[in-house]
Amino acid sequence: MTAIQPAAHEADLDPAEERGRLLLGIRLFILSEIMLFGAFFTAYFVLRFQAAAWPPNPEFERPGLALVGFNTLLLLSSSVTMQWAMTRIARDDRAGFRRGLLATLALGAVFLGIQVYEFANNGFGISDGIFGSTFYTLTGLHGAHVLTGLLLMTAVGNRARLGLVSREHHTAAEVVSIYWHFVDVVWVLLFVTVYVL
Amino acid sequence: MTDTSVRMMRVRRAGLVRGVLGGLLGGVIGALPLVAAAQSGVEITPGGFLALSYIGLLVGWLAGLGAFGPWAAWVLGRPVNTTGQAAAHGRSGDWTRYFRFTTDHKVIGIQYLVAFLGLFLIAGLLAMLIRLELAQPGQIFGTDTYNTIMSTHGTLMIFVALNTIVGGLGNYFVPLMIGARDMAFPRLNALSFWLIPPALLLILLNPVFGGFDTGWTGYPPLSRQANLGEQAFLLTFITLGISSIVSAVNFLVTVARMRTTGMSMMRLPIFVWSLLVTTAIVLVATSVVASALTMSLFDRLIGTDFFRPALGGDPILYQHLFWFYSHPAVYVMAVPAFGAILEIVPVFSRKPLFAYGLAVLSFVAIGVLSFMVWAHHMFVSGMAEFFHIPIMISTELISVPTGIVFFSAIGTIWLGRLRFATPMLWVFGFIWCFLIGGITGVYLADVPTDLALTDTYFVVAHFHFTIVGGMIFGLFAGLTYWFPKFTGRLMSERLGKLHFWWFTLAFNASFLPMFWLGIQGMRRRVADYPAELGALNLWASVAAWMIGLSMLVFLYNFIRSWVRGPVAGPNPWRARTLEWQVGSPPPVENFEHLPVVSGGPYDYGSPVTGPAIQPTAFAGPEGRLQ
Repeated sequence: MTAIQPAAHEADLDPAEERGRLLLGIRLFILSEIMLFGAFFTAYFVLRFQAAAWPPNPEFERPGLALVGFNTLLLLSSSVTMQWAMTRIARDDRAGFRRGLLATLALGAVFLGIQVYEFANNGFGISDGIFGSTFYTLTGLHGAHVLTGLLLMTAVGNRARLGLVSREHHTAAEVVSIYWHFVDVVWVLLFVTVYVL
Repeated sequence: MTDTSVRMMRVRRAGLVRGVLGGLLGGVIGALPLVAAAQSGVEITPGGFLALSYIGLLVGWLAGLGAFGPWAAWVLGRPVNTTGQAAAHGRSGDWTRYFRFTTDHKVIGIQYLVAFLGLFLIAGLLAMLIRLELAQPGQIFGTDTYNTIMSTHGTLMIFVALNTIVGGLGNYFVPLMIGARDMAFPRLNALSFWLIPPALLLILLNPVFGGFDTGWTGYPPLSRQANLGEQAFLLTFITLGISSIVSAVNFLVTVARMRTTGMSMMRLPIFVWSLLVTTAIVLVATSVVASALTMSLFDRLIGTDFFRPALGGDPILYQHLFWFYSHPAVYVMAVPAFGAILEIVPVFSRKPLFAYGLAVLSFVAIGVLSFMVWAHHMFVSGMAEFFHIPIMISTELISVPTGIVFFSAIGTIWLGRLRFATPMLWVFGFIWCFLIGGITGVYLADVPTDLALTDTYFVVAHFHFTIVGGMIFGLFAGLTYWFPKFTGRLMSERLGKLHFWWFTLAFNASFLPMFWLGIQGMRRRVADYPAELGALNLWASVAAWMIGLSMLVFLYNFIRSWVRGPVAGPNPWRARTLEWQVGSPPPVENFEHLPVVSGGPYDYGSPVTGPAIQPTAFAGPEGRLQ
């Protein structure tokens, strides 16, 4: 037999069971993500506390707080809109879910745009000593996660547009929302340690 | 149908051919931005080309294999057709399924097993070359070539040790042993395997890029100055890391949620427990080494300064991040082997596993403690002094749970009705070799002795006794034990025993003298050494080539028995775990009806009568009690 029919059990896998697997899966994956960011944060702290001053080279200035503070508010509100979308779909308000997801998507995209703008206008680059190295790898790694989140939201958004997301079937949306909140929490830590302290 | 039309069909269907074409296309597309940048006058390094081309190749390869098809269909709201990806392991049927993106855990297990056994042979041949160089004082290859051979041997063997039991035997047997039909995420499972071939190809091609001389540890600042081959090492290591994180999530969810009715945690076969602990370590530790390697890659490629002391960076930081993963990784290699050993002992002693609960607890303890011992690799690195004593104590503490694993094996053997079949011989070999590896480890954990012995052949001998004595002996035990299940055939016992004795004696003859060489001050990783150490080195080399020759016996036995060994039947060892209660090889869906479990896996010779597994008539179609 060259190809067998997909197993009956796979075709009608109990949605509750599938949901359980996916939610556990994403939580475990986030544990591994925490360790990834943890390693980069460790490098940041080790190098920073070994340096005589921060930034070590006084000619580089740390980015101002006004723009990035505004950006932080954007990202935080995107978590709120995401959660709002989740409450909508739990009541089977599909249009409300789409609006919430769209708002989250827009806020995330603007956040990423402002990040790119800030990168372009900083007075230092990634190869300007350990200050530039840690700054850009940490924020860049986070930016890559934001981008991934936006792509995932676009995928879920497309399914919502086709009417495939409902109160009974929205596990993918739950998974994306968990991931998005995680990305948000990482940003708060990043904002406090890299920009403020 | 003519030959050409068959070949055309193969091209049109997602598969290996399209994967290769997609990979080539992706590699070209990946390099395009840099070509454009070079046109506009920006200076481009070969390293940049290699990195972007490789990423493009990886994506194109997976796309060509059809890995993304069902996900794309899902996003677009089209019906997801997985027919092409469902193909079962077994004797009959289209052999090309082993070369396609298929989702059956048994096919994936065989893919892992064959791929990494092949890699094991290549890495073993490199070891033969190492012993050729070291057979006599003076040089044959020259230092650069020797360094590349040594580094490639080490790196490949690390990959073999990390993946063969977990990816091969784990994928094949964990769903069977817990009474599930497949892994929790079959497509992710296939993805984690198919990420590996391009990565292995890249590391095998590293001599084309000038080789690398950092060993498998890749320490800066050497890693920054090394040839482009270093980058092949970094990219391969990161890819395998991503693959094993995905596969770890899969294992953990599978065991957490897909155990059949009655399969409580304390009724899990010990092999499943060992993989549970292993994959938990992989999940937590792997992204740390991926980050260290990424920083190292960035230092080479885009001018970051993480590990450059002149610009405020810190090379010791790399060592901390690297060993924070790589010491637990030693247990990623060893614990599955412990699991396989403890799985086999009760079957051939006809006794319940001694202290099952304590053995589980020791696995968990090893998993937790393995994160607190990494700095014993760094006593001479110049790291903070206050760190030495706590790390020494935690390292010695980890021998307590490891000792309990030993007692569990020995307690089971004690007064058992022993049967000295090949798998059981490997168990005894394991006990001997890993004991030597463990005891010599104490000298390396103790700061004062380590200061003298570090980076000598004492270390080389020690870790070969732990990794070969632990992991490879466990692998051979597992392979010979489960061979009848995944091939449906029996291996030749005569050749199996010949291989065991030949391999074990040659291995001990080769590596025991290295402890002495190390104490005499012979440095590890060197291409040359003082002339007075020549005799012992020649002895070690000849014995090492004997290890190589013994593998021919294994290969002959393995391949010949697979093709036409005597038919095994479902349960040749009369074992009681679930995988032996179905046909050999198991049917497509593993179980016609999911079994219901009402007892432990090792109730051998127990006065309680009756099967641990209820007749399926009591179970509903999904194994729930009616």
